[in-house]
Amino acid sequence: MIRKVTIAAQAALLASTGLVSAETLNWARAGDSLTLDPHAQNEGPTHALAHQIYEPLLIRDMTGQMVPALATEWGPNADDPNVWTFKLREGVTYHDGAAFDSEDVLFSLERAQSEDSDMKELLNSIKEVRAPDASTIEIETDGPNPILANNLTNLFIMDKGWAEANDVVKVQDFEGGEETFASRNANGTGPYKLTSRAPDSLTELEAFDGYWGKGEFPLEITKIKYTPIKNAATRVAALLSGEVDFIQDVPVQDLGRVDADENLKVIKAPQNRVIFFGLNLGDDDLTTDDVEGANPFADKRVRQAMNMAINREAIMKVVMRDQSIPAGVAMPPFVNGWTEALDTIPSNDIEAAKALVAEAGYGDGFTVTLHCPNDRYINDEAICQAAVGMMAQIGITVNLDAKPKAQHFPQINNLETDFYMLGWGVPTYDSEYIFNFLVHTKTENRGSWNGTRYSNPDIDAKIVSLASETDLAKRDATIAEIWAAVQDEILYLPIHHQVLNWGMSNKVETVVDPEDVPKFKYFTLN
Amino acid sequence: MISYIVKRALQSVLVLLAVGFVAFGMFRFIGDPIDNMLGQERTDADIERLREILGLNDPFLVQYWNFLKGALQGDMGVSFRQGRPALDIILDRLPATLELAMVSATFAMVVGIFLGIYTAINRKGPITNFILTTSLIGVSLPTFLIGILLIYLFAVELKWLPSFGRGDVVPVGDWWTTGLLTASGLKSLILPAITLGLYQMTLIMRLVRSEMSEVLRQDYIRFARARGLKERAINFRHAVKNTLIPVITVAGLQIGSIIAFSIITETVFQWPGVGLLFIDSVQFVDIPVMASYLMMISVMFVGINFIVDMAYLAIDPRLRGGKGGN
Amino acid sequence: MDSVKRAFDSDLAWSFRHSPVAILSATVALLLILAAVCAPLIAPYNPFDPASLNLMNGFSRPMEPNAFTGDSFLLGTDDQGRDVLSTILYGMRISLFVGFAAVVFAMIIGVVAGLVAAYAGGRVDAIIMRIADVQLTFPSILVAMLIFGIAKGFTPVHLRDQMAIWVLIISIGLSDWVQFARVVRGAALVEKSKEYVEAAILIGRGPIAIIFRHILPNVLSPVLVIATISLALAIIAEATLSFLGVGAPPTRPSLGTLIRIGQGYLFSGEWWILLFPSLTLLLLALSVNLLGDWLRDALNPKLGD
Repeated sequence: MIRKVTIAAQAALLASTGLVSAETLNWARAGDSLTLDPHAQNEGPTHALAHQIYEPLLIRDMTGQMVPALATEWGPNADDPNVWTFKLREGVTYHDGAAFDSEDVLFSLERAQSEDSDMKELLNSIKEVRAPDASTIEIETDGPNPILANNLTNLFIMDKGWAEANDVVKVQDFEGGEETFASRNANGTGPYKLTSRAPDSLTELEAFDGYWGKGEFPLEITKIKYTPIKNAATRVAALLSGEVDFIQDVPVQDLGRVDADENLKVIKAPQNRVIFFGLNLGDDDLTTDDVEGANPFADKRVRQAMNMAINREAIMKVVMRDQSIPAGVAMPPFVNGWTEALDTIPSNDIEAAKALVAEAGYGDGFTVTLHCPNDRYINDEAICQAAVGMMAQIGITVNLDAKPKAQHFPQINNLETDFYMLGWGVPTYDSEYIFNFLVHTKTENRGSWNGTRYSNPDIDAKIVSLASETDLAKRDATIAEIWAAVQDEILYLPIHHQVLNWGMSNKVETVVDPEDVPKFKYFTLN
Repeated sequence: MISYIVKRALQSVLVLLAVGFVAFGMFRFIGDPIDNMLGQERTDADIERLREILGLNDPFLVQYWNFLKGALQGDMGVSFRQGRPALDIILDRLPATLELAMVSATFAMVVGIFLGIYTAINRKGPITNFILTTSLIGVSLPTFLIGILLIYLFAVELKWLPSFGRGDVVPVGDWWTTGLLTASGLKSLILPAITLGLYQMTLIMRLVRSEMSEVLRQDYIRFARARGLKERAINFRHAVKNTLIPVITVAGLQIGSIIAFSIITETVFQWPGVGLLFIDSVQFVDIPVMASYLMMISVMFVGINFIVDMAYLAIDPRLRGGKGGN
Repeated sequence: MDSVKRAFDSDLAWSFRHSPVAILSATVALLLILAAVCAPLIAPYNPFDPASLNLMNGFSRPMEPNAFTGDSFLLGTDDQGRDVLSTILYGMRISLFVGFAAVVFAMIIGVVAGLVAAYAGGRVDAIIMRIADVQLTFPSILVAMLIFGIAKGFTPVHLRDQMAIWVLIISIGLSDWVQFARVVRGAALVEKSKEYVEAAILIGRGPIAIIFRHILPNVLSPVLVIATISLALAIIAEATLSFLGVGAPPTRPSLGTLIRIGQGYLFSGEWWILLFPSLTLLLLALSVNLLGDWLRDALNPKLGD
């Protein structure tokens, strides 16, 4: 029965591809992939292009579920939780015709752990990778790692033979400015193969005839033309004029126009990204304020007041045009550890907030600078501008300093800002990732994005314990404890969860990927 | 004459050194590339390691010296963003910009001089007034707004012309690509070229008109008229020739401006040239690309200046005595 | 200078009375300037006071009550709930100030440099014109970024809002002076070789006197052409720099910043956020350009005789 259905589907597929011999999709987004070397950069648009050409052992499908790719089964061994076994798919070939086997996985994982790889942080728990036979891989970790599989969804597999023949065994030294054969060419097992590429200008892909997933996935798009278009108005204009079929970042104000166009539609889904403000609550004095010898943010009542002064409803309705979900916690709803209670938004009570500020001794107000990016998050500058008005209502005069992300982010890292905007995505879907970067004391290996100067040894110890806790119930309890502390301290002032908007021609059918990575093999055409 | 040229060449080298210094200095203030390069998952240890590799921890003068040393050997460093030699990237993108600039400049010169002469000869009249008023409206709006309005009108509403990019390009020789040989390439050129050239066109037109009106009233033209030369001959032989001196100065300067202002036009039209590359690299703090772009622009400007000076010398022999030679 | 003075006394006034374009553009320009100067008196709201803004008023259509608050605004509101009319009036103050200051700055540097280069010649000429080359190499956009970056290092954080304005003035002025210098130099070189200047040198006039009494009045015509275009250009350059993100801050927007904000709403139907500031800018730049055109014709002594 199943066989019959598959055959029928294949027949239908052949028929449809026969009718429309080349279904080209013109795809545009704001930025281009940085390199084709799949291990050289851990970055959204780079992985998005790589996902069409290369494949990992397992991927997240368009709904965020982990599904098989080059591995068909996986899991920790029952007798030894330190060892995971992966059963590999058989009969897979690369675009150049070479066969795929466990040697390639062994090679790729080793390559991804090497010095110049940008993926090695995700693999730092791996002790050894073994290939007992051509279709099995064993990964041994230096302690139980319950979320090992989560870290492999962007870890692409390359052909060992191709890499050796083209002298690209070593990962491209991206930061050192190296250019290699692998950074300009690609040979994966994925559904599409590269036919031409001009960086920042045009990349062309074509359906791969020998793809293993034929019949299993729609694969209705046979050609992809990918153009980065930086200017938002131009990008929307290109969609409206029919020059492109699919854009990933529609400005919220243009959703109505795109949706109203009879040939176009917009689809939406909550994104795995939360936007919030950070406050310097640890220093004795602030550098950007006008209060001498004291830090107003160190007083919890001031932070509480500011949290209450933010009118999240108004930001959602006016600035975001309903394209956001007001947030009460600095954690996207997809993440393990999220609860509805944590995400309850504080009441917007100006009078109570004013009273709290007065109680803290700042009844006459004070001045402080808010640092904000203007090219990173959806309407980032407008949100900050709105916050300036809201803070003014409780007597806090805010000077807004909005600038490109390249100038904004270093200020957070160098602890040069007292009040800043930040957004956070969680590719592992687990709270530990948030704690490691945003809550742990800033040290050499943890807390690198913690600009709050918050440091609590108890919390730090709990965060570190998460990495090796195999009892998932116990681990979840620790996560809940840490979140309780973070919320009680008002470490961050959450604003909202972003919503992804994909604009496309009516002929394209898809759902929105919560990580903003379209996987075109799932797309269908009307 | 030869000593004059040698002297100018030496001056040009000094100019380039100065530009290099200022360019390199200014990029220290633009931001820090490290964050963009490492992404969300980097630790403080990664940052330190990368700063060391890139030499960003060296003193400023050491960095400048290394940059100069490389530049002299044709090595302008490697793009932080694309991981390719900065000079290669610039050369890849240069044809798009030069082609756009050429078409815009031609448009500005031809239309500007023609309209300038027309409005100078016909000083009053409805057509002259219309030309003057329309061109004034055109330069009374910022370039980016004109570009966006043109896109809105001709691409989105009328769907006549493409809204972005170069269309299909064909390779010519080893590295040059041209959009002048394909229909979609030509169509793609129209809106950006008008956007970019509009201001220069108006400027040239106004200048030609103003200079020519003055020349037409000067004594030798009156003598020419008195001698019975035909109107047409007067207009073109004498007046146009004497109008050319300031026009050449300004037009020469404007070629540079066109290339500089292509930054905005290229951003609006997603034109894959060096201007767009520059804006991208500013946002990414891609210092080697920014520095190479600036050096390239400098070389071009110095070259254009040189040519303008020479043309000046050729057209107005009176200037020869007062210039350079003594 | 005498000829200029005479022109102001009689010819200019006569020409003005007989040029409807001049009267109209002068009236429009004066009205706009007056409105900008008196903005705090005539604007219905103070858009620069963040505490007075209600975000829920955002995107109100002109003369229609807001769906959430019921408030109504003559020209509508922008994305932050600011009254567009008031914001234009306040923004025009900033744009005009930047424009005037930048042109004066550029003109002073450019005319002096051009005259000195032409008169002194030789080494001085070479040095000045080489500096001009370097300057030309840096388009205003780059100059603005450079100055912006440096100024940021030295300005206390709470003064940065105001700093942006001075950065704009200096960077626009610096990128414009070369135009003045080159054209003045070119014209002055021609003047210098004429008999009357040679005669002045022969009778022992000092260089300063010769420059200001004989050469300067005769190069005023090209200077005025450029100054005219430059004022309008400076106002537009300010808008362009805002588009690239190095203009006036969004919390204290100029006309250019307003247009940058408004262009994001061109496709979405909120046309008033873009249209009204653009129209104001167009009126301002156009009236200045027309006024300058007429001035050039009226002041040009050669066209007068």
